[in-house]
Amino acid sequence: MLKLEKRPQPSRSWTYLTPLLAVVITMIVGGALFSLMGNNPVEVIRTIFWDPLFGEFAFYYRPQMLVKGAPLILIAIGLSLGFRAGIWNIGAEGQYIIGAITGAAVGLAFYPMESWIIFPLMVLAGALGGWAWAMIPAILKTRFGTNEILVSLMLVYVAEQLLAKMALGALKNPDGFGFPGSRNFQQYPSGHNAEIIAGSGMHWGVVAAFIAVIFAYVLLNRHILGYHIRLTGQAPRAARFAGVRPTRLILFCLGASGALAGLAGMFEVSGPAGQINIDFNVGYGFTAIIVAFLGRLHPVGILLAGLLMALTYIGGEIAQSNLGLPAAAIQMFQGMLLFFLLAVDLLTNYRIRLAKAEAA
Amino acid sequence: MTDTLLTISGLTKAYPGVVANDTVSFEIKEGEVHALLGENGAGKSTLVKMIYGLVKPDSGTMTLRGEVFAPPEPRAARATGVAMVFQHFSLFDALNVAENIALGMENPPPMGDLASRIREVSENYGLPLDPFRTVGDLSAGERQRVEIIRCLLQDPKLLIMDEPTSVLTPQEVEILFQTLRKLTSEGVAILYISHKLEEIRTLCDHATILRLGKNVSTCIPAETSARDMAELMVGSAFASPARADRELGEIALDISGLSVASTGAFGTPLRNIHLTVQEGEILGIGGVAGNGQDELLTALSGEVTTDHDAVKFMGQPVGRLGPTARREMGLLTAPEERLGHAAAPDMSLIENALLTAAQRENLMHRGFLKWADTRSFANRVIEAFDVRTPGPENAARSLSGGNLQKFVIGREVLQNPKVLVVNQPTWGVDAAAAASIRQSLLDLAAGGTAVICISQDLDELMEISDRFGALNEGRLSDIRPAQGLTVDEIGLMMGGAHGMEVAHG
Amino acid sequence: MDLSSINPTLLLASLLVAATPILIAAIGELVAERSGVLNLGVEGMMITGAICGFIIAVETGSPLLGFIAAAIGGALLSMLFALLTLFALANQVASGLALTLFGLGVSALMGQGYVGIKPPPTPKLDIPLLSDLPFFGPVLFSHDLMVYFGIALVAAVWAMLKYTRAGLILRAVGENHDAAHALGYKVVRVRLMAIGFGGACAGLGGAYISLVRVPQWTEGMTAGAGWIALALVVFASWKAGRVLLGAWLFGGITVLQLNLQAAGVAIPVEYLSMSPYLITILVLVIMSSDRSRAPASLGRIFHASG
Repeated sequence: MLKLEKRPQPSRSWTYLTPLLAVVITMIVGGALFSLMGNNPVEVIRTIFWDPLFGEFAFYYRPQMLVKGAPLILIAIGLSLGFRAGIWNIGAEGQYIIGAITGAAVGLAFYPMESWIIFPLMVLAGALGGWAWAMIPAILKTRFGTNEILVSLMLVYVAEQLLAKMALGALKNPDGFGFPGSRNFQQYPSGHNAEIIAGSGMHWGVVAAFIAVIFAYVLLNRHILGYHIRLTGQAPRAARFAGVRPTRLILFCLGASGALAGLAGMFEVSGPAGQINIDFNVGYGFTAIIVAFLGRLHPVGILLAGLLMALTYIGGEIAQSNLGLPAAAIQMFQGMLLFFLLAVDLLTNYRIRLAKAEAA
Repeated sequence: MTDTLLTISGLTKAYPGVVANDTVSFEIKEGEVHALLGENGAGKSTLVKMIYGLVKPDSGTMTLRGEVFAPPEPRAARATGVAMVFQHFSLFDALNVAENIALGMENPPPMGDLASRIREVSENYGLPLDPFRTVGDLSAGERQRVEIIRCLLQDPKLLIMDEPTSVLTPQEVEILFQTLRKLTSEGVAILYISHKLEEIRTLCDHATILRLGKNVSTCIPAETSARDMAELMVGSAFASPARADRELGEIALDISGLSVASTGAFGTPLRNIHLTVQEGEILGIGGVAGNGQDELLTALSGEVTTDHDAVKFMGQPVGRLGPTARREMGLLTAPEERLGHAAAPDMSLIENALLTAAQRENLMHRGFLKWADTRSFANRVIEAFDVRTPGPENAARSLSGGNLQKFVIGREVLQNPKVLVVNQPTWGVDAAAAASIRQSLLDLAAGGTAVICISQDLDELMEISDRFGALNEGRLSDIRPAQGLTVDEIGLMMGGAHGMEVAHG
Repeated sequence: MDLSSINPTLLLASLLVAATPILIAAIGELVAERSGVLNLGVEGMMITGAICGFIIAVETGSPLLGFIAAAIGGALLSMLFALLTLFALANQVASGLALTLFGLGVSALMGQGYVGIKPPPTPKLDIPLLSDLPFFGPVLFSHDLMVYFGIALVAAVWAMLKYTRAGLILRAVGENHDAAHALGYKVVRVRLMAIGFGGACAGLGGAYISLVRVPQWTEGMTAGAGWIALALVVFASWKAGRVLLGAWLFGGITVLQLNLQAAGVAIPVEYLSMSPYLITILVLVIMSSDRSRAPASLGRIFHASG
């Protein structure tokens, strides 16, 4: 019989090992599932995890890692602050959409004027949009005690409807022959989030993601606010005793994660996506939840986890076109990863012992 | 009536790193009150859990009326006539009395019948109870009645009581003892767990004394002095706190008309509290658990804010200030609950040192933390208060209760407070550590600090306080000099029998 | 715009139909939450139930078998959640989210070959005589079996919680798991069953969407119904009877906005489509002032020590 025994304190080595273990288990179980679906598991795993980095077309895929990873990392960094404090913003997808809309709206308002000031204004508008959208659950929580999980999530569906409305209405390209979607920022230099070095995948969103990682690291490890965030998550009563004002913390955590998600949306719409359209959002806001946990809510961990998750997106696309693997398979694969991670997390806080069988 | 009911021989139970019970053996006779005496951590709880089927022994045997007794779960223990009144964790606040009792029975009758049986049995044993009241609204004494009635409805042969008087006023204790005597006269044996010696001398026929998991002795309490029992229990003599004469200074804390609405569904509101403490004085505040102790502490720490003028610190109103501002001024507090309130369980001692000392010990600069300074402050607490831990980077929850308590008290004491408010400073702490904590409070007062000590341990309060008051349903009694107070007077200050009906005739 | 095209009889009749999936899912979640488990995976279990039910119904031609399969599918998925929270002692919020993300992926994968197919129709239970009554007939007495099943389920859960010993034990476990453990109740076993029941209900609710309400399969077709079911439990203050009320309220809003869309009201379609979500938020705000009814152990991890 197996017995669980709480460790006197969390195991440091398992803290680092569990994400790796989860990835390995996911590969094995995922591979088994793929083989049930009639694929060669080794080939699928190689296609997803190896080819984008070291395969024949790696020169094309490697920059894609940054393009796909940046929004995931930006959003996940924001989410991790809240998650650490026990504040569950799971509506990042909505804040991402709103950030894209406000950012794009500001850019399009200036069209066709060309000025260096336009792009910074768009960045600001994107962050503000995401922030404002996240303030809705934040204020409802602080004023009325409303559950932020449900409110932030409901607002995703609202944001999706708004996105559709914008793509078909206010922001629709007047020269678009009636097709849905806004003007394309790739044809509007002042509003275009172009690659900083051509062919590197490095756009301003990537820069922002790296800055966010560093900022979060300093905040959590060196600043009293970060300490209060961690304290609130681990022992809310102790946090109040220490003088933390829960209201302020909720506003800060939700606001910060909303602003970062809004930024991510803005960089995406003005760069890789190019335009506001009905199918603009692809679930980065939800995948970022997995990234945050996989990265152990630690900034550096999130950086690595974001890149890994970007890899599965890219690898999934390759597997889709080369092996006919359905897109949903990769979605399930990502969900599975979070599952196994939560399961093996047990090893961090508990020891598993073989207890001798006891007479019942 | 001298037949042996339960024989325990060689019971051993080990947990990682500690042997909770080491070959414990004794006998309980039918119709006797048998005391199990020992310090915190002596292994009383583990032993009782084995008898009640919550924990399985590693080795050793038990026999009940000559038959092998090895209950795999509490259900089986209850079926054979063993019932237990817990100290904590056994009632459901949101459910009513009858539902709570039904949960403790194997085959409860329909609710209507059960309610009338509850009325009948509770009257019969002098513990009247309304079966349809919500348990969360009951006083500590009444809650205990629920537990006792729950046991009695199953016609137990052995009733285990774990520290039953810790939640009662002296008057309520007297009612309980009458009930227990009535039970023993009917042939029920009682295993009575306590560390209160006088109680045991009044009530118990035999006593088994546990120390560090071993039974070190048995005695007949009525024929043994409290001092001898204490020595058997603790094993060695320790210094009892020394009290220096102190000069009282100005009024450091002045509370007038403090009222706080209750926070949770089953909390206690504070009602119009008045008190003052002078520099160099220790004010003891007694009372049965759940009468507003927690609420008073949080109102003083600043976690709950009040009317600005209700709390004055050195003449300045502070009622609307939060914990940080109050700490900066010198009003420090140490709450009862160590894990989760006074300290964050999973954080290191270094991080926990920062919890309250960031401002006064100057551990940050413009919000940026000085970890090296914090570590050395944590080390100072550990050294000054003899906290047993491999080092300050260990998590708070890895420390024993007593050691963590020393850390928590030490963290506040070393910050040189002008006023220190502590709640249950020695709860669950072994005697030696408790003595050193009390000594540190006395030393602090000698240095001119005003100390408020909220505690449910009356002996402790009589030992250290200059003046004494008691909380009862959120109200504070008159405050009187501690010296010369009798047990009866204290009991009345605590609310007497809390208006609980007595049906002993 | 032609409001006269909205027929109040049909409106009320379809209200019952629209309310059924969230009603069944919410009553299942209510049982889980009363046992102290917050399972945020309702959306994932619903969509999994939707596809399981759809596949089996299409393959066998029997909607009944489909519903049974949906319940099994939802319950199986919920066991993953139970494994994480009860045995691996993982955080319930994170595990619930994982369940939803995983369920969305699994269902999309399973449904690959089933897009655009029509499922076998679920027969309506036209109760003789009663269903011929004017107004009351179509509104109350000519629905499919699941509509009545949902209402019966609420009644059964209500009675179970209020009058039976099993219900008492369930409430006790949700209220204070340490005390329940001390009294010798199997906290983990009780919660395991509650989670499984919640999963089966969510699966049924999902299948109702794919087999009756829509009826066809599209990826992510539950579109937040699982989250609305979660909100419904809060709305109901963890009381079974009020779940029914809440479900009808939401059902009514959904049907009304669809009718308004069809009637061509001047409000843009998108704004009407977002209204159920906005109403949910509004209701949550109103209800969140009264938090006292939440089971005291809700969301807390139970680990028996010693």
